[in-house]
Amino acid sequence: MTPGSDRQLLTGWGRAAPSAATVLRPTETSELEKLLSPDATQPGRTAQVIARGLGRCYGDAAQCAGGVVVDCTGLDTIEELDTVSGRVRLEGGVSLDSLLREVVPLGWFLPVSPGTRYVTIGGAVASDVHGKNHHVDGSIGAHVERLTLVSPAGTLACGPDDHEDAFHATCGGMGLTGVVSEATVRLLPIETSLVRVETTRTADLDATMASLREGQERHRYSVAWIDALAAGGRLGRGIVTAGDHARRDELAGRQADDPLRYEPRSLVEVPVAPPVSLLNFASLTAFNELWFRKAPRRPRETLETIPTFFHPLDGVGGWNVLYGPHGFTQYQFVVPFAADDVVRVALERLRRARVAPFLAVLKGFGPEGPGPLSFPSQGWTLALDVPLGRAGLGPLLDELDELVAAAGGRVYLSKDSRLRPELLEAMYPRLARWQETRARLDPDGVLGSDLSRRLGLSPSAPPAGRPAT
Amino acid sequence: MNDATGMPQSAVVVGGGSDIARAILRSLADRRLRRVLLAGRDEASLGTAAAELRERGVTVDTAALDVRDPGALDAFAAEAARRLGEIDLVLVAAGVLGTASFDELDAAAVFDSAATNFAGPAAVTMALAKVLRVQGAGRILVLSSVAGVRVRKANFVYGAGKAGLDGFALGLGDALEGSGVEVTVVRPGFVRTKMTAGAPEAPLSVDADAVAEAVVRGLETGAPVVWVPGALRPIFGLLRLLPRALWRRMPG
Repeated sequence: MTPGSDRQLLTGWGRAAPSAATVLRPTETSELEKLLSPDATQPGRTAQVIARGLGRCYGDAAQCAGGVVVDCTGLDTIEELDTVSGRVRLEGGVSLDSLLREVVPLGWFLPVSPGTRYVTIGGAVASDVHGKNHHVDGSIGAHVERLTLVSPAGTLACGPDDHEDAFHATCGGMGLTGVVSEATVRLLPIETSLVRVETTRTADLDATMASLREGQERHRYSVAWIDALAAGGRLGRGIVTAGDHARRDELAGRQADDPLRYEPRSLVEVPVAPPVSLLNFASLTAFNELWFRKAPRRPRETLETIPTFFHPLDGVGGWNVLYGPHGFTQYQFVVPFAADDVVRVALERLRRARVAPFLAVLKGFGPEGPGPLSFPSQGWTLALDVPLGRAGLGPLLDELDELVAAAGGRVYLSKDSRLRPELLEAMYPRLARWQETRARLDPDGVLGSDLSRRLGLSPSAPPAGRPAT
Repeated sequence: MNDATGMPQSAVVVGGGSDIARAILRSLADRRLRRVLLAGRDEASLGTAAAELRERGVTVDTAALDVRDPGALDAFAAEAARRLGEIDLVLVAAGVLGTASFDELDAAAVFDSAATNFAGPAAVTMALAKVLRVQGAGRILVLSSVAGVRVRKANFVYGAGKAGLDGFALGLGDALEGSGVEVTVVRPGFVRTKMTAGAPEAPLSVDADAVAEAVVRGLETGAPVVWVPGALRPIFGLLRLLPRALWRRMPG
């Protein structure tokens, strides 16, 4: 077969570093098992295989140059929902969007909500996603009771008390331990579909951090939008939002009549990909100023819907094209609370380099979870969208990586597309343990992605007997 | 894998002993480059290039290769893939200026120059492009020259070879669209190197490190064509339009 004829060019959400792979879309777990078996001889079978959900990883985690990318969105059945206990058993390709549509009207909510609902549950587990409630509830892995993991070594049911090594290596394991074909998740009971939100405008980074800490003590959800273009005394100014699910007795009028109403707006698509980035220093400086001034000077409490509070970016489909043809990366790191200076330095240096982040988000994480490759650990996490395609950006981010690593922090692999591989072990000290477990689940190195090859996470050479063409 | 800022971790270099290739590799070694296969016909200069890369922590392998030998090229490409595993970057820097005067040029000399500057580099690029296409990712960096943008009498044999290679590389890049493989064409002006030693220096001449800097910037910004220095782009935009009667009076 001619290589290339059946391939698709894939990128992450950041639209950078494309690579071509054969995309296969199983609709049954048995097909998935066949795809991953080490002796599989499917047409188009090449060196390695990786699962892909809805393509929301910013970097190269869900692409596999020259290999097979398993599109998991065909495994999209919600198999069992216990409306009494809030347990849901669902296939790995179910999106959080469809799960929410199913469960919110019944009084249940996701235990952890990442910034977009357009991710699959399998992808959410593989990234061990966190939400604005990490300080209270941890990451998604803490709410998963059971996974069915299809790995090259076989199909395995695992959970926090059963084959826990495989389970923890899979939570945050970037899809490199196997494909999550099924998950059982404990949902969160809610009385209403609204969130009581306290919004506070903060004048500088110290104020933002203080307000976040205070918010985290009193509320389940807490996060800050940072004006990453503000300088000098206003560096780190932002808008802190802290919230809790509203109780039924807090609603009035029409809202009280239908407390679990859930109608997420259908997407408005960005109509065409602009040939240049529309999100530049000038447009964003203006936007940020307006956005900051829009927030109330004094703390204010409002009721917000789930999409408005949890998924503000989902209102515009395909917003990632706005960064122009070079795409972007999201630089997200976490450092211990004591190293808050790294946050300050990162904001300062990126601003000085006139990097124009559309989105800059700061939040405090709670304690680290058991996943050896899981990202969250106690401290401040800062996430910034950084447009690519500019000279000198690589060395600038490399310098920040050094500061992060030296402070005992790490960058988020689901967002990464450019980390220097030598820093991986310093950032993820439990890497060796993860690699041991991984090797047991995939002894022949069937699983691999552009991310794993770039960072040396797993063996990259096609094993003997697995031809590269 | 190439990262999102365009930086490769592994490279195969044809003409690996050339001053420009060496400068580019030194710059890339400061970023992500860790594994290199240097190929060329001058073993001594390959050795020098290998030594300075090893000093920078790069694992280097060398291979004797004469791009004028078409029978060796497919085997070389397969060997490169075997030795490096993934090839993130193919750097094609083979070429010889040649200083023969009109009277010294004969059929054999023209044939050899065409093989060294066009046919050989194009053929080995083709062989490696096929490996990269199977990989589904990678970048090919071809060293062209402004001498090929509009061929002038002073070095028309060399210029014609570069013109051919330049066109080949641009066309190859288009043919590879959607494959994950991208092609960058580098068009330096006069570069002070051992290849040009003794030749009369042209205006806006640069050294090899300036080429390297421009190439790294080109990789970072995803530019399909890199002019060195950048000012040559508008200049040659005009020179291309110059009436031939004037063009043939260009000095040097």
